[in-house]
Amino acid sequence: MGELAIELKGIDKSFGLVHANKDINLKVRKGTIHGIIGENGAGKSTLMSILYGFYQADRGEILVDGRAISIRDPNAAIAAGIGMVHQHFMLVENFTVLENVMLGAEDSWILNAGITKARAELKRLEKEYALEVDPDAVIEELPVGLQQRVEILKALYRKADILILDEPTGVLTPAEADHLFRILEQLKAQGKTVILITHKLREIMAITDEVSVMRRGEMVATRETDKTSVEELAELMVGRRVLLRVEKGAAHPGDVKLSVKNLTVRDGRGVTMVDDVSLDLRAGEIVGIAGVAGNGQSELLEAIAGIRRAVSGRVELNGRAIDVTGHADPAELRQRGLAHVPEDRHHVGLVLKFEESENAILGYHDDPKYRKGFILDVDAIRADAEEKIQKYDIRPPNARLKTANFSGGNQQKIVLAREMERGPDVLIIGQPTRGVDVGAIEFIHKRIIEMRDQGKAVLLVSVELDEIRALSDRILVMFAGRVVGERAPDASEGELGLLMAGVEGPKEAAQ
Amino acid sequence: MDFLQLFLELAQSTVRLSTPLILAALAGLFTERAGVFDIGLEGKMLGGAFAAGCVAFVAQSAMAGLLAAIVVSVLLSLVHGYASITQRGNQIVSGVAINFIVAGSTVILGEAWFHQGGRTPALAEGARFQAIELPFTEALRGVPLLGPIYADLISGHQALTYLAFLMVPASWWILYRTRFGLRLRAVGENPGAVDTAGISVIWMRYRGVICCGILCGIAGAYLSLAANAGWTKGMTAGKGYIALAALIFAKWRPVPVMFACLLFGFLDAFAIRYQSTPLPLIGKVPVQLMQALPYILTVVLLAGFIGKAIPPRAGGVPYVKER
Ligand SMILES: Nc1ncnc2c1ncn2[C@@H]1O[C@H](COP(=O)(O)OP(=O)(O)OP(=O)(O)O)[C@@H](O)[C@H]1O
Ligand SMILES: [Mg+2]
Repeated sequence: MGELAIELKGIDKSFGLVHANKDINLKVRKGTIHGIIGENGAGKSTLMSILYGFYQADRGEILVDGRAISIRDPNAAIAAGIGMVHQHFMLVENFTVLENVMLGAEDSWILNAGITKARAELKRLEKEYALEVDPDAVIEELPVGLQQRVEILKALYRKADILILDEPTGVLTPAEADHLFRILEQLKAQGKTVILITHKLREIMAITDEVSVMRRGEMVATRETDKTSVEELAELMVGRRVLLRVEKGAAHPGDVKLSVKNLTVRDGRGVTMVDDVSLDLRAGEIVGIAGVAGNGQSELLEAIAGIRRAVSGRVELNGRAIDVTGHADPAELRQRGLAHVPEDRHHVGLVLKFEESENAILGYHDDPKYRKGFILDVDAIRADAEEKIQKYDIRPPNARLKTANFSGGNQQKIVLAREMERGPDVLIIGQPTRGVDVGAIEFIHKRIIEMRDQGKAVLLVSVELDEIRALSDRILVMFAGRVVGERAPDASEGELGLLMAGVEGPKEAAQ
Repeated sequence: MDFLQLFLELAQSTVRLSTPLILAALAGLFTERAGVFDIGLEGKMLGGAFAAGCVAFVAQSAMAGLLAAIVVSVLLSLVHGYASITQRGNQIVSGVAINFIVAGSTVILGEAWFHQGGRTPALAEGARFQAIELPFTEALRGVPLLGPIYADLISGHQALTYLAFLMVPASWWILYRTRFGLRLRAVGENPGAVDTAGISVIWMRYRGVICCGILCGIAGAYLSLAANAGWTKGMTAGKGYIALAALIFAKWRPVPVMFACLLFGFLDAFAIRYQSTPLPLIGKVPVQLMQALPYILTVVLLAGFIGKAIPPRAGGVPYVKER
């Protein structure tokens, strides 16, 4: 047992009625990578934000390097050598990388001197950790993977010895995640301590030395990674046995429900994102679209859902055309039996300031069953929301809570419940389990397969190859906007990986 | 009248009329860039003008008046700051409240103290700011073109006018070249980033609000000690709102703020010069239309020509960590 970098004693924190952390004890050894796992809303982010001084604990003690210190604000944490990459990035979007890194660590009241120093330091960090980013790039123009690099650079720039990463891989492609892990290994080799929050048990097994499990605000166990298993961790997390394998029978594909022909979509800058894509989706099957993020999957979904205009091509829903190149109306598409779970739930799927019950009917509020003449029937809406909360185990079970107050995974369940419970003919889903805990993943996967078995057509986009392989009946691989191949779900990971990387030429696209 | 003469006359009054606009718009720039919207520029300017008028009269000193204006305006800013930063109130409501309170209370206090019916006593020469003659004015007057421009347009303004125009590059420098400016801009865009960088969001925002108070105070003092000889009721006459329009127009950037204010100042100068002279083809234009022109222009230009004015992203939103 080495020395302790961090020790938390009896940390307790409530947000109003939500008891987010209950009397938590945690020991993190110096020079190790310590994983923290737990269901959505278990209180992981809260605990780490307390350690970082962003929130104040109601009770409890924090020891850094064996000394009890009071961390009243992030400044105190930074001074104690703690850095944190937040789950939702803390970047000024219209600032450059350099400005973001310097903010709060400018050296002198005139910027110039600091800028020169910061540039040099960024160069050095870039060399040392292979963290390349253009210091003059504006944050909002960078892909999320690079934005995260900036967050890591911010922490390293402040000479953090203890680095907290809150779900860093949720937004990363597998290659980017591997790169991140190499950096973490390197930091560990330098004697730094890393605390890693993630929902991906595979990552925990691959990289951590120890892992602590939280459940409903409590710290329920800490294990040495070598001496535990994915199954045990999943069970500790959820409090019951979890099915990590998806069980599903053979598909019985029926008629074509959704047909896409030669669809081409360009983004705002005129770059072709979806390039002449054709596919057929039949009743009773799940078609998975695999691919590294940013290869046109998102745009494809958006074009089909009628929220992004296509340049050319034809899409038919239940045999009737959708005006994808003109004014496709998402409301009308819904009525015609198309449901859409968008990838970006915060921006597209939910109004965070609304109550849960309001979000639970968003887009379906015209339905007569939610109305009493001209006005909304609030009782009916709430009853309906309560039902979904029960069925999807949304926590906390309070239909009147503001949606922003649910954790990420529970927000995702709100969207899924809304779209799936309508029993649509065609369901298109983007990243169904991003940021969602294993228990919820199991549930969501079961529901998706149930939909299929009821004869619905499901189009699934996910950057998680495991998920695609587990759920799909057919897999289409997208690369650079084109469908570069179709495979059966038992295709090897290596084969799919090559396709996703665009190694096998696009010749096969002519299917 | 010869054309140069006419041009110089209009330009001169444009500069004079733009001065308080520039000061007020820069004031707004500092607070809004910090994420605190302020519709109370008008009230703070009026309060400053009133304080300047009273104190300059009593102390017979323009400097004392200016100081008083700054103090009163900063105090009003702090009220706005307390309501919207500390108490997380609605920033628009707080700003409007300040406008009303100042508009009413200055009239009551003015009447109670001086009994002159909505004005402070007329100030003598010594208690006002005087125009400054720059060196060589007379010597250079003979030089064709440049001479009169120097003498009639550049020279001969009040100290506060020069200050206002100097504040433009100064504000730019503060905003983009200093630590304070970097943090100020950051706190108006994403206070979370500022907080996690170890900087107090509250204190940064208060500092922005105080800068606003100082500049509004100077703008007010200009009105009662330089442009006029004392305070009269409602003398700001919507200048705070015009400054706000200029700020939006300029997309919250210092140099464009100056040009927007000059444009509005010019419209004002034009309106005053030509309000009774019939214009060719159009005939006599109602004064009201002229006065409405800056607002109409803002709407038209914002709608079509200058593109989207994106305010500081966290503007108007109190910073709340724990929901
Ligand atoms: N700022 C806040 N104000 C009020 N409640 C909050 C706040 N932050 C978190 N909560 C609540 O505290 C609980 C714990 O949230 P926390 O974000 O720590 O969960 P988590 O374990 O990080 O979950 P996830 O895996 O979804 O990120 C949740 O019920 C959440 O709704
Ligand atoms: Mg979290």
